[in-house]
Amino acid sequence: MAAVSRVLTSEWTKIRSVRSTVWTLGIALVVTVALGALICLLASNDFGTMSPRDRIAFDPTNISFAGMGLGQLAMIVFGVLVVSNEYSTGMIRTSLAAVPQRGTFLFGKVAVAALLALVVSFVTAFLSFFVGQAMLGTHAASLGDPGVLRAVVGGGLYMTLIAVFSMGVATMLRSPMPALGILMPFFFLISNILGNVSATEKIGWYLPDQAGHKVMQVVAPAGDEVPYGPWGGFAIMLAWTVAALLCGYLLLKRRDA
Amino acid sequence: MIEAFGLTKRYGAKTAVHNLSFQVRPGTVTGFLGPNGSGKSTTMRMILGLDTPTSGRVTIGGIPFRQVPNAPRHVGALLDAKAVHGGRSARQHLLCLAQLSGIPARRVDEVLGVVGLQDVARKRSNGFSLGMGQRLGIAAALLGDPQVLLFDEPVNGLDPEGILWVRNLMKQLAAEGRTVFVSSHLMSEMALTAEHLIVIGRGQLLADMSVKDFISANSADFARVRTPDTEPELREKLGSLLGEAGAQVVPEQDGALRVSGLPLPRISDLAHDADIRLWELSPHQASLEEAYMQLTQGVVDYRSTTDQRAGLQQQAPGHAPQGMGVPGQPPQGYAAPQPGPYGQPGHPGQPHPGAQGQPNPYAQGPGGAPGQGYPPPAGQGSPYGHPNPYGQPQPGPQAAAPAPMPPAAQPAAPADISEPHTEDAR
Repeated sequence: MAAVSRVLTSEWTKIRSVRSTVWTLGIALVVTVALGALICLLASNDFGTMSPRDRIAFDPTNISFAGMGLGQLAMIVFGVLVVSNEYSTGMIRTSLAAVPQRGTFLFGKVAVAALLALVVSFVTAFLSFFVGQAMLGTHAASLGDPGVLRAVVGGGLYMTLIAVFSMGVATMLRSPMPALGILMPFFFLISNILGNVSATEKIGWYLPDQAGHKVMQVVAPAGDEVPYGPWGGFAIMLAWTVAALLCGYLLLKRRDA
Repeated sequence: MIEAFGLTKRYGAKTAVHNLSFQVRPGTVTGFLGPNGSGKSTTMRMILGLDTPTSGRVTIGGIPFRQVPNAPRHVGALLDAKAVHGGRSARQHLLCLAQLSGIPARRVDEVLGVVGLQDVARKRSNGFSLGMGQRLGIAAALLGDPQVLLFDEPVNGLDPEGILWVRNLMKQLAAEGRTVFVSSHLMSEMALTAEHLIVIGRGQLLADMSVKDFISANSADFARVRTPDTEPELREKLGSLLGEAGAQVVPEQDGALRVSGLPLPRISDLAHDADIRLWELSPHQASLEEAYMQLTQGVVDYRSTTDQRAGLQQQAPGHAPQGMGVPGQPPQGYAAPQPGPYGQPGHPGQPHPGAQGQPNPYAQGPGGAPGQGYPPPAGQGSPYGHPNPYGQPQPGPQAAAPAPMPPAAQPAAPADISEPHTEDAR
């Protein structure tokens, strides 16, 4: 167990001592909150002109997380850099020479980064919610309303898992460029396209981000046929994350460093 | 003690290390030598359990590295001086490594002092020079005060003061009873640092012996004999005389004779009996560098070929304006006069040996076949880009063929309009 606590302290030093940590996490927070607030403001102004159908489906909680689509990209960069920094600098050899137990090393690193991401994500989620509701004025939801607290907590968890999933993918691919090259367009474009085209809609339901989004919804959109509930969606995302980490671990264990 | 048994590593079809067995003993500095790409770094990584051998095994104190309890306290390594996150300070870099190995933080400041980086300890390491990076890497290796130390090319990028420091550090660590394993491709450096040598080429063991044995096994002693320059017939006479006595005699560029196979007193006696005066009779030992080159000649992966400069040559030898140009004027541009300790061909004013047309510094001497890049023909620079510190001419037939050399010392002739290279002279 001594090895675990050593890896944790060492990884904490590593993550504290690079500027990219502050930058990526800071951007994730600011972009998510600011963009969410802006969209809430616009929605509040448009509410009067909305169709009755849209008014019924209006989800004040979910719309305050609208900035997450962009903010999560910074989270992805954070997750990728935490892992691939080791490879791009060659530090991985020094690290693994010091901790030959590669599983301890990887999961210790992921644990420290995930914990930091969790804290930032929760701050982001609650801040987005409160700022967003303030912008919505009379249409705002309150934390005590049914399902709202779950959605806000879910928002924090969603952002954390995005970062951890990226860590798993980066462990598999090692180099930051392919990892970012795959993750960024996937989460920003491909997943949305698959989810909005009727032929591939059902595939889209089971992608990590779309499934994870479900946990942030309080009011289901009109005509929603998704066969799982909020926590069901979250479980799908969790499964993706665990799978990515496991693949990364197996590769790390078998590969030459 | 590091022990390798039949260590083999293949990457697909390429065999990086083949059936390597050796021992690295405590108390001495063991040099690990080989040309670039010969498998030194791969072997180092296998010792550290980073790469898994295809077959065979390597142990440290009888245990595979990955099973050594608290490995960083027993084994320290410098693998790559650049393996540092540039945004982290030297101190933070060492601190996270120390924490990873359960080493107290005050040890970080100690090793920073040992390698002389205490003044820049809190600066971001992307501003470090390669030499400072090497020092940081050495500090990381020393962190756990380990009994076994591995250094991969530790002197790369260091200034002479740094090289001396590393050399003394290695010796001191070995004197303390530690196992010190240092890789290098610089034979001359290892000759001064190591007591024992393990030489590999193309992943195979070429030699495993002490430095002393290595030299005597791979090189022959010889004598330089010089007869008076004024009487060339004496040189011929002595040459044939020594040949009859069973010596190998190779004439050298500057008129001396390189004699091997006869002891010095015998050479002197023979000369005296034949009434030949000697201007020089000196003992020489082939340098370690030469011995190493001889050993690894067949296993060098990356050979240079002679640069033919196709299409780039400003003045082809055949197009030289015969008789119109100034004989002996060096072509301009990159025609640096070839300096060096190899004889003194081409004194100013002396007729050029091969000067039918314009002297061309790129032209091969009669003995130097084009394409023979390694070792280079006599008269060119040493393969390491610096003059051979041992100052001996390369043996072989090239020695007899003075390389054409532009007499740089000759004063430039007045500019001639027909001379194609006089733009800047006008």
